[in-house]
Amino acid sequence: MASEKTHVRTTLNGEATEYLCETNQSLLEVLRDVLLLTGTKEGCNDGNCGACTVNMDGRIVDSCLVLGVEAEGAEILTIEGVATPEGLHPIQQAFLENAALQCGICTPGFIIASKALLEKEPNPSEARIRHWLAGNLCRCTGYDKIVKAVVAAANTIGGKK
Amino acid sequence: MTTSDKKKYKVIGTTPIRHDGADKVTGRAVYGIDFHTTGMLWGKILRSPHAHAKIKSIDATKALALPGVHAVVTGKDMAVARDIEVEAGETSLNYMHLSDNVMARDKALYKGHAVAAVAADTQHIAEEALGLIEVDYEVLTPVLNGREGMKSDAPLIHPDQTTKIMAFRFDPGTDSGEKSNIAGKSQLKLGDIDAGFKEADFIVEREYTTSWVHQGYIEAQNATAHWNNDDNITVWNSSQGTFNQRQLMAEILKHPVSQIKMVPMEIGGGFGGKIPVYLEIPAAMLSKKTGHPVKMTMTRTEVFEGTGPASAAQMKAKVGATKDGRITAAYAELVFEAGAFPGSAVGAGAQGMFTTYNIENVLIDGYDVVVNKPKSAAYRSPGTPQACFPAEAVIDELAELVGMDPLDFRMKNAAKEGDRRADGVQHPEMGNLECMEALKASDHYKSDLGGPNRGRGVASGYWGNAGMPASCSIAINADGTVSLAEGSPDIGGSRTSIAMMCAEAFGIAAEDVHPSIKDTDSIGYQGLTAGSSTTLRNGWAVFEVTNQAIELIKARAARLWETEPENVDFADGVFFSKAEKELKLTFKEMTGKLMETGGPISVAASVAPRGAGPSFTTHMVDVEVDPETGKVEILRYTAAQDVGTMIHPDYVEGQVQGGAVQGIGWALNEEYFFSDKGAMLNASYLDYRVPTMLDLPMIDTILVEHANPDHPFGVRGVAEISVVPPLGALANAIYAAVGVRMRDLPMAPHKIVKALQEKNGKTK
Repeated sequence: MASEKTHVRTTLNGEATEYLCETNQSLLEVLRDVLLLTGTKEGCNDGNCGACTVNMDGRIVDSCLVLGVEAEGAEILTIEGVATPEGLHPIQQAFLENAALQCGICTPGFIIASKALLEKEPNPSEARIRHWLAGNLCRCTGYDKIVKAVVAAANTIGGKK
Repeated sequence: MTTSDKKKYKVIGTTPIRHDGADKVTGRAVYGIDFHTTGMLWGKILRSPHAHAKIKSIDATKALALPGVHAVVTGKDMAVARDIEVEAGETSLNYMHLSDNVMARDKALYKGHAVAAVAADTQHIAEEALGLIEVDYEVLTPVLNGREGMKSDAPLIHPDQTTKIMAFRFDPGTDSGEKSNIAGKSQLKLGDIDAGFKEADFIVEREYTTSWVHQGYIEAQNATAHWNNDDNITVWNSSQGTFNQRQLMAEILKHPVSQIKMVPMEIGGGFGGKIPVYLEIPAAMLSKKTGHPVKMTMTRTEVFEGTGPASAAQMKAKVGATKDGRITAAYAELVFEAGAFPGSAVGAGAQGMFTTYNIENVLIDGYDVVVNKPKSAAYRSPGTPQACFPAEAVIDELAELVGMDPLDFRMKNAAKEGDRRADGVQHPEMGNLECMEALKASDHYKSDLGGPNRGRGVASGYWGNAGMPASCSIAINADGTVSLAEGSPDIGGSRTSIAMMCAEAFGIAAEDVHPSIKDTDSIGYQGLTAGSSTTLRNGWAVFEVTNQAIELIKARAARLWETEPENVDFADGVFFSKAEKELKLTFKEMTGKLMETGGPISVAASVAPRGAGPSFTTHMVDVEVDPETGKVEILRYTAAQDVGTMIHPDYVEGQVQGGAVQGIGWALNEEYFFSDKGAMLNASYLDYRVPTMLDLPMIDTILVEHANPDHPFGVRGVAEISVVPPLGALANAIYAAVGVRMRDLPMAPHKIVKALQEKNGKTK
């Protein structure tokens, strides 16, 4: 049954954003079906694939496991907020240059998760990257080129390229 | 082909950024699951909780009374589709079976079989309504195993089904006349199998099983349909073939094909699983009933339970060889569980089995058996991973008996151009032996394993690839760029490879071609994005349209230079007068002169190419097995594959790596666990568990470019075959590491521990 909607105020991709949502709607549903920000992808809706990864108050979360009402007062970054008018983020550029996507449905989640890693640890080892991104599933690439893209992005950001 | 006699290209073989890249890394790309339109309702499917049950009645009264619910449809609302079988790329489809699979009519044939669909204002209301639909079932005994289902006293899933006897794949066959769960029996036969085994000094005969596995594409099935008041239907979805799905829609809905428009949205993986229709039909029916567009998406559990995974198989393999290592005969029996309806990939599997070897005497019996499980669908080289697993495992045992290195044994018996496959067809030019030789020369082969409980395994694989029709059109722009329209959903970068061939032909940069993928009203017929055929067949279409355009532009140059078109030639991106050397204009310069010489130029063409170059590959893997836990760690992996001429080498390599990892999952841990009542017990990513990044090393590749002589750009299919060898290669590596032959997939830790305990004489 349609329940009474809750008014939620957040900061989304740097901008003050308000929305109305039902209490049983996940943040993923709010992003995709209420705000029509479909860059955050739905893969499993049960927290196992990482396609819906967003950054919430500095932590990466599966947005399908967060309720829309829980985002009250939160700062949220989705894939739509990663590039700037000046251009793509180095991680986005590295994914393209390293052919780190095939179908691309998992890519937004990987980029959000990789960005959080590189902000915390600018020079992660291959093992660390594989550990950090183990919650993001990709069925196309075998992960090889994704790992290489994250390493390349770390080098670009660190000025090593 | 060696590098020295390789054709020289300017664009082909380079690695430009894909044309859809910026959209896909910024979240702008709109996949089927992302589609929204005005006035849209949400649809949901009610699925059978039983694996085999009669549907006595369905009462939707309470569901329809729920506020926000607009309509309910069931199998009774559907017409009976034609009972005919049609080829669909690499497997075949029967319209009536497909219709019954989309929505059960009288019987539910597997747990997860759709029985009703509801449309409501929101997804949550639709879900709630499902619980209010009352279905009265009479539960029947399910058939849950292929060999059990073959027995004469097994319950019949389709009471009128008889066995079709086929002499070759896609053979219309003859009818056995006997009622059976065996829908089809096929046989491939070459030479004299008994004489072949008489020649052998060593014979190994074993039995193998594989489990049901899922393609595991990250984007769930989805469809939004609008049945307009003028009876035109539009469907926005992610599919592996809009034209094929349009035909299936037309047959099932009994609606004119010209009044159905399929709009290909971006697709989040398919691997064969997005060839059939599922939600498209109920979405269209609900739209007709409600007058609204209706969007439907599956949950991950529905994807596992209600779409088409790859068949489980029960197999026997028997191979004989002489003391000096020549294979003299090979026999196999393949029993594939088709699922609830006929049409497993057993025929394709048989065609791929033993095919990397030159064996004079081969017999392969294939059985397509219906069971009360989801209807199987294509999955990357359909049927061949299952069939090549026993072949490669038995051949490994034979190599050991003969006393040869497993790679040397394969090289000694490798099939070459002109040798016959089991179905009698001669191999065309290809690079089978070159892959094996490249692997033997690799650092990987020469490296030490460096520790106890480690082992190395190799396995080879074959996949025939497909041709299929293609169409494309180009419009030449005045600034020297080209707009390229095609119709094949792009799963892994194909629009860029197609654009690169177009750029090559005109002598312009890949970035100067703007590819787009059109709906079925806007472009000519396309085959499926399947059979590793998209780049190959669209390369042919591009070859046609670019050649035609070049002829048209030559005529314009002739007009400019006041000569005849035959006096103008085109090479390396430049139009020039044959007579007067100083008269020349680049492609880009010429495009600026089209308006003044007669107007714009656009060209469209359709092709139906044959000569899909077959794929050959050999993989090598090093593993370490933990004898306490049975866990297999992959230390090093190398895939050597004949990839033909590479258009975009990064995306070719990506296909090889991605397929290898799917094969690794198939080999080591992926499987459907079924209860004794036929319910899948692990229908989530957490419990099914595809490989994660943490489970894997880098996947090294050796890409052998043996150009396909039957293609204008040397393309051969590359995308599917890499899933084939990992099953056998890992089984062989585990044996080399700890001395146990694993014959039942997946080679999960508990099975390895049990095998080690048996080997060491412990019964606990």
